[in-house]
Parts: sequence; structure tokens; C-alpha cells
Amino acid sequence: MKHLKMTTFLVAAMLATGAAAQQDGGRLDLIVQPEPPGLMLGLVQNGPTQMVAGQIYEGLLRYNTDLEPQPSLAKSWEIAEDGMTYTFHLNEGVTWHDGAPFSSADVVFTTKFLQDNHARFRAAFSHVESVEAPDANTVVIKMKEPYGPFINAFEAGSMPIVPAHIYEGTDYATNEMNATPIGTGPYKFVEWSKGSYIHLTKNEDYYIDGLPHIDDLYYRVVPDAASRAVAFETGEVSVLPGGAVENWDVKRLTEMDGVCSTSQGWEFFAPHAWMWLNNREGPTSDKRFRQAVMYALDREFVKDVVWNGFGTVPTGPVSSKTNFYTDDVPQYPHDPDKAKELLAEMGYDGTPVRVLPLPYGETWQRWAEAVKQNLEEVGIKVDIDSADVAGWNEKTANWDYDMAFTYLYQYGDPALGVARNYTADQIKKGSPWNNVEGYENPELDKKWAAAAIEPDNAKRQEMYTEIQQQIVEDVPVAWLLEIEFPTIYRCNVKNLITTGIGLNDGLRDAWIEQ
Amino acid sequence: MSLWSRFATNRAAVAGLIVLIVVIIIAILAPVMFPKGPWAMVQRPFLAPFGTDGLPLGTDTLGRDVMAGLIYGARVSLLVGLVSTVMALLIGVPLGAVAGFYGGWVDEIAMRFTEFFQTIPNFALAIVLVAILEPSLTSITISIAIVSWPPVARLVRAEVMSVTRREYVDAARLAGLSNLHILTRQVLPNTVSPIIVMASLMVATAILLESSLSFLGLGDPNIMSWGYQIGAARTVIRSAWWLSFFPGVAIVLTVLALNLIGEGLNDALNPHLTRKGKS
Repeated sequence: MKHLKMTTFLVAAMLATGAAAQQDGGRLDLIVQPEPPGLMLGLVQNGPTQMVAGQIYEGLLRYNTDLEPQPSLAKSWEIAEDGMTYTFHLNEGVTWHDGAPFSSADVVFTTKFLQDNHARFRAAFSHVESVEAPDANTVVIKMKEPYGPFINAFEAGSMPIVPAHIYEGTDYATNEMNATPIGTGPYKFVEWSKGSYIHLTKNEDYYIDGLPHIDDLYYRVVPDAASRAVAFETGEVSVLPGGAVENWDVKRLTEMDGVCSTSQGWEFFAPHAWMWLNNREGPTSDKRFRQAVMYALDREFVKDVVWNGFGTVPTGPVSSKTNFYTDDVPQYPHDPDKAKELLAEMGYDGTPVRVLPLPYGETWQRWAEAVKQNLEEVGIKVDIDSADVAGWNEKTANWDYDMAFTYLYQYGDPALGVARNYTADQIKKGSPWNNVEGYENPELDKKWAAAAIEPDNAKRQEMYTEIQQQIVEDVPVAWLLEIEFPTIYRCNVKNLITTGIGLNDGLRDAWIEQ
Repeated sequence: MSLWSRFATNRAAVAGLIVLIVVIIIAILAPVMFPKGPWAMVQRPFLAPFGTDGLPLGTDTLGRDVMAGLIYGARVSLLVGLVSTVMALLIGVPLGAVAGFYGGWVDEIAMRFTEFFQTIPNFALAIVLVAILEPSLTSITISIAIVSWPPVARLVRAEVMSVTRREYVDAARLAGLSNLHILTRQVLPNTVSPIIVMASLMVATAILLESSLSFLGLGDPNIMSWGYQIGAARTVIRSAWWLSFFPGVAIVLTVLALNLIGEGLNDALNPHLTRKGKS
């Protein structure tokens, strides 16, 4: 007995976006920063690669800005009531960019391909029993156990569908077609002039009639932030992805005539910034000290001044944009007196703490300076460490810090992007990701594990609420900001951001007003 | 004419000296004038200069007092300038003196060693050293000293060579004085004036080097310096000109003052070289 959870047809989506007014043609110049290391999305999944290759490759699903699944390569799907079977019905008449037909066999092959090359995919599919293709347009995934966040694991970055006819039986990493990626997406790869631009062109045979609208995409590589701002001002590029220019320039650029900006398009990632507080040693190993840090920080000030008002001050580990968020947790307003009390209570002896900023430019450096000032106001002596990217990786990976800035993505669900930062099995010396702070709470570990495989959403919410309340009380890390990276673009570029991953797959629907 | 009166005839040098003394006094009094330190966020960010009481030069990107930063920056600039120059002299003078005095293979070795450093561009070497040592006030000072000593060594060597050929040195030898005695008591004292002149210019160069390093983000992140102020203001130069303008003026004034003093000292210490047309 199967329950039809959601079947959305493309027609409805087309009508909703107002197909009548759209114009075809034109060329769009965008910034990609930094230059991606490769474009084969199945092999490389870092940010810039996703941004460009997300137009070339597609996933089975897309997600709107409320993180609800939308059709992509799968035109419809069903989830069995017990959460044990997922059935995807694929679009018909889809071809790869080289003309070969796309079928369910490609999807099955992709699950094997990504097993070796995509850590996030591997984690999500560790709950999967089998992937089968009963016919050319149907894929059935059987689960080992119900896994709530599974339905969030199908966008182009999480599970890009790769062509079986090109990769089957070859050594994936050395396949020469990696340099000229073949996907099913709305744009085809044309040319990559290293250090200068990546050129994509319209896929005339795209399976959705009338899409895409734009003829050519040029992803431009400009290494200096100030030069990127100038390139936008002069009209050389029309789209600045989030984070492409320093925050201080955002205000100036958005105030120009004919310039629009939006903070949408990051909901799926929901970048969450915090400072790892070293739970193992030094003053930060004392819970009262960590709470004092939270009270000492003026997070609203940083949001308004360092981030120019973009972003939201978080209440805890889960972003307010991620599913199963709750604000029913202990609060830490800016309260220096309370911080001083806590420090006095624990008998803080004035041991200096080292703060390690993220070496990502001016914004992060200013942020560290503001934190230092806040902490010194309540009597905590602070030294700012300095490190380049390699040094930052090394220091955090080897736990050689007291407080270290970082930010990580949440991928729509606490089980995908949040739990990994607080469970003991994610403590790995040598890795600058996940539970670097060294927080160990066996009781919570069990709750995280149970919540991930709970099929009932209401019960999951209950469990995650409880987890959030306890963890916020413990302050394993100092949550600083739900980061918003505004995308800045010329207002004549329409329909640019329509999904929860924004520019990463948004060019399908974008068009330019002539 | 006394040294001072010869120096005082160069008005520009006197002006330079006055500026330098003012900078030194300000640097010493910084904690008295701004007890909260240069990092305190005292007001809204991006306040323009001359607009707010108590904030004559406005506030920076985080609402810190630009004036306070400028004054604390003076301490860093002067400290780095002086200490690194002294260190450079401590390396360069003995090496140059030994090379010039003994000549031969000692000279060869010392000069090849010096050239090794001279062939690497100053600033590039300083960047590499700071990056390796991790930016801190100590590592910056050491790096600047390491890139600044070779010209000192060469100057001292040339001076010592020329002095060593004078008759009184021959006389000293005939009198049976030891080499060390001749070098330290008879030769070196007669090379002091060009060294002093050079040192004053080296302080200026060191201040510029420190500022350049900080501008590139290789400064000590816990220390407010002029170069840091300009570097941090670079990204907002079009919306907040004053953040980079005033530290820039401070650097120009201090470096100019030191150069003028150097020139004045040169005139005062080498009266024979005094150019015509100057009063």
C-alpha cells in the first residue's frame, strides 16, 4: 500500500512563474570565486564547482526556498508510508549533451559512481538497502531503516546524475571526459579558459520546452574582491554571487540604479557561523566560561556592523531556515555583567585565550577584532592568532586553538548538517570539519541517532527540540550568526533565484529583459 | 661651529626634528590620552571626521576612534623603526668593519655573504620571513633588521678601508697597538658620522616596511599600526576616505621628518660636503 505524498507537475510550476512575459536570448556574465578545481560534479563538490556545474548536471529533485522538493529529472515521486521505499518517475525524452538517451540505468550507475567520490552522498546512502530500475523511467530505492532527511538528498550538489555511457567501466578520476563534462542540464559546456572564464551555452534539446532562456553564460574569474566590485559597476558582469565582494561594498553596490539584491537562494545550505570553543582544555573547557563568552558577545552589533545587517543572530545549533528549528531554548542576550558573574563564579584566573579568525578576508578579521574587544570588556584576555588557509586547517585539525571561527552548511535537515558537529563519533583529530570542539555527550548522541531514523515528523520535531534545549545550555560552541550572502545582480536579469540553492541551479529559469 | 649650530642652519632639518619630537611625545602619552586603548568600539562606525565631539578623526569600520589608533600606531612605528635599525647596525657594523679592516679572504667571504642578501629584493624577503615566523611584533622587527643590514655592512666596509689607509693608522700600528684596539679605538670612531646619517634614514625605511607588511595583512593582529589602519581601510576607501588618509599622512610626516633629520645630520657631520646656496 503506497501513499502518494507529492506529485507536482511541471505545468503548474511554469504557470506560477508567468511564462508569457519571458524573453529568450542574451548573454549573462557572472562571477565565480574562486576558480573551481574542476567541473565534473560527481568528482568535485566544492562551492565554485557546484555553482557552475549545477547548470550542466542535474539531480533527481530540486528544492524551493522553503526546502520543499520540486521535480527535476524526476517528474514525480512517492514515499511509502513506512518510509522504507522511495519511487522516482523520471522525465521521458531526456538526452545527455552528446545526444545519448538518459534512463534509469544512469541513476543506478550514479549511485555506484558517487559511493567512491562523494562523502555526503555516502553518508545519506548508508541507510539504503538497494537501488533498482524496474523500467527505463522508474527508480526504486529501498531503505534499511526509515531516514527522514533522505528526501533532502537529491539536488544537483548532493546527487548529480552522471552519464553511465561515458564512465561505466573506466577509471573515473582519469577519464578524459572530465575536462568536457556531459550532463543533462539546461546548459552545455563549451570552453574553459583557465584563469579567465568558463563558457556554457544553451542546451537546445533541453527536455522542458521553452527552457532555458539565455543563450550564453560566462563565469568570469576575477581574483581580487575590489576588482570584482568594479567589474560589476562597469557592467562587465551582471551577477555577483553571495560572498563575491566584501560586505562593505555590498551597500554601495546595491544602492546603484538598476541593481537588485536578494538574500534568498541559500536556504538549503543555511551557512551557520560559530566559534569552536576547545572543550578539552584551558578555560574554554569550563561550561561557565563558555556561557560567559555567549553573554559577553554582542552578536547583534556584529550583524549590523560587520555584516551590514545581513543575517540573523542564531539561538543555537540549528539555523532558523533549517527544518526542525526551535527558538524555545535558553537565550544568551548581550549581558556583560552576567558574563562577569559567571567568570567570577568559576574563578577565572585571567589565563589568556587565543582566538583564531577564519582567513577569508577583511570581514572575518574585523569579526575577530570585535570578539576580542567584547571579551576583553568582561575581563577575558585575548590574543588573536593569525594563519593562512593552510595554517587554519592545521591548527583546527590538531586542536591547537582556544576559540576558532568557522562556518558550515546545514543541508536542510539537522541529521545532515547539524548532528555531525556535536556527536562524539565525529571527533577526528586531523580533520578541520565537524566536531572539532571535542564536545562529548553520550546521552545526546543517542538522541541524535534516534531522531535521524524517526519516521514521524511530529516526533522528530519533539526530539530535536529537546536536543536543541540541552545543547544550548551546554554551549559546546559559540553560535555567532546565520550568515546571509546577498546575491547582487542587474535588475534586468529576471527569475534568477528560484530554489534553495540559488545560483547553483537557478539559471535554468532565468531570463534577461532586453 | 658646534654640531648643533651647524645642524640648526638647516631649517628643514630642525622642522623634521620638531615633528619627530612631537610624534615621540604623543607615542609616550598614548595610554594617558586614550586609556581604553585603540581597539575600543566607542561609537557608531563610519562617523566622518570633524563631525563628532571627542572624535576629531571619526570612527572606522567597527566604530573605533581613528585618532586613538593613530596615536597608538605611532608607538608601534617608532618602536619597530628604532629596534630594527639598532639590530641591523649590530649585524652590519661589525661585519663591514672586519671585512674592510682585514681585507683578503675575510673580506671576500663577508662580502659574498652580504651580496647573497642584497640580491634578494628587500620587501620580498621580509614578506617571506614574516610569513614563516608567523606575524608578531618580534618577527616583524627581526625580519626588517635582516633585510636592512647589508647596505650598512657595505658602507662601513668602504669607510673602514679608506680610514685604514690614513697615516695615523700606520702610526698606531708602528706604536704596536693590537688590531682590535686600532679597529675599535682609531678606525671605527672615524666612521661614525655616515653611519648615523644612514641609521636615521633606515628608521624611516623600517617604518615604511612595517606599514607595508601590515597593509598586506602580515602585521601583528593584536597591534594597531598605521599600516594596519590603511590596509583595513583599503576596501572602504571609496566610502570612508578618512580611514586611510590620516594614517597615510602620519606615515608621510614621520618618514619625511626622519629624512630631513638625516640630511641635516649629514650636513652637520660632514661640513666639507655642505652644498653651496644653503644657509
